[in-house]
Amino acid sequence: MIELLQTPSQTVGPYFAYGLVPKQYGYNHTNIITGSLVDENSAGEHIQIIGQVLDGEGVAIPDAMIELWQPDIKAIGRFGTGTDEQNRFIFNTIKPQSFEGQAPHISVVVMMRGLLVHAFTRLYFSDETEANAQDEVLRSVPEERRATLIAQRGELGGKTVYTFDIHMQGDNETVFFDV
Amino acid sequence: MDKRDWLVHPSYLFPDYQSTILRAPKRELLPIKANLSERTGPVFGLDSISPLDNDLTKNGCVNGEPLGERIVVSGRVLDQFGQPIRHTLIEIWQANAAGRYVHKVDQHAAPLDPNFVGGGRTLTDEEGRYKFYTIKPGAYPWGNHHNAWRPNHIHFSLFGPQIATRLVTQMYFPGDPLLQYDPIYKGAPEKNREAMISKFTLDLTEPNFALGYEFDIILRGSHANPFGI
Repeated sequence: MIELLQTPSQTVGPYFAYGLVPKQYGYNHTNIITGSLVDENSAGEHIQIIGQVLDGEGVAIPDAMIELWQPDIKAIGRFGTGTDEQNRFIFNTIKPQSFEGQAPHISVVVMMRGLLVHAFTRLYFSDETEANAQDEVLRSVPEERRATLIAQRGELGGKTVYTFDIHMQGDNETVFFDV
Repeated sequence: MDKRDWLVHPSYLFPDYQSTILRAPKRELLPIKANLSERTGPVFGLDSISPLDNDLTKNGCVNGEPLGERIVVSGRVLDQFGQPIRHTLIEIWQANAAGRYVHKVDQHAAPLDPNFVGGGRTLTDEEGRYKFYTIKPGAYPWGNHHNAWRPNHIHFSLFGPQIATRLVTQMYFPGDPLLQYDPIYKGAPEKNREAMISKFTLDLTEPNFALGYEFDIILRGSHANPFGI
């Protein structure tokens, strides 16, 4: 059996927008992955997921790109932090169902200039206290760091919004997984 | 699925590349139990690709053809056991022949090309093969250190069969004298760094049209299931 070495990872760099999220940034190139994982007519509880990506000095990063993979509906979303005044990512989806006995969650891929290898994390939901308490992955995370993986439910303009900030460093450094 | 091989992938913190200093996670990655969430991934159909999507010499034309040296970039996407990764999405983006990106943040004083955007995508075929037509990207300066220049490169983004196999990398060109000074290229350990350098080949070169560069990409595979699913 032959075995090859994996091709090394490199940073997505600062100029990914017109290749990967052109429509969001207003470039004249077609688009296939957007910040919406579902369309308006999809069944389920429609939610927004909004957050910032913060560097080691707490500054919101304007050239990060976030991808969400929602396994229960097999949907992918992608959003860059460079078009919002507050450098936020903004996703539209439906709240996930429990999947394979795990608490409802979304897989998150974090990329940016300065990150030579993308980072994997997970997003759980603050109103799923019981399911979260049983979730095997969450339980494997030291208790004092679990909060970094839990998006906080709130409301904005009549919409259900979950806030999920990603801290690259610092006391609240987000838990990243060796997926 | 095997883990990312940390002997070939860069570390998060690589101080020669200054942007890593405030952005690299400082804590150890935590292990995660294998389960279906990261073992599934998006599937893209042929309907998500338009005919010109893999031809960057044509997909940005407004009133003529882009300037620069036309090239063909082709290769195979395989897992680490040599199995082809079929029908997987590859997205690329790059600077134009003058070393300028259309991105609004790029302020390098080199000309934009009205007939070149620099973005493309394609799906691999049954054998994991892909092909792009494009223009050889130029080198450009950046602010990392005094007199810093990025070597010619094309950004590649791939999914593979699972979200776990996601890979973003850069393809470089053989013999580029800037590689030895580039902290992004050198952020990858020496062990497999050269796998990011494409090979010039007459086999892909199209007579009277374009030079051919071969670039194979190896994604993670599974020792537990080396022959794929």
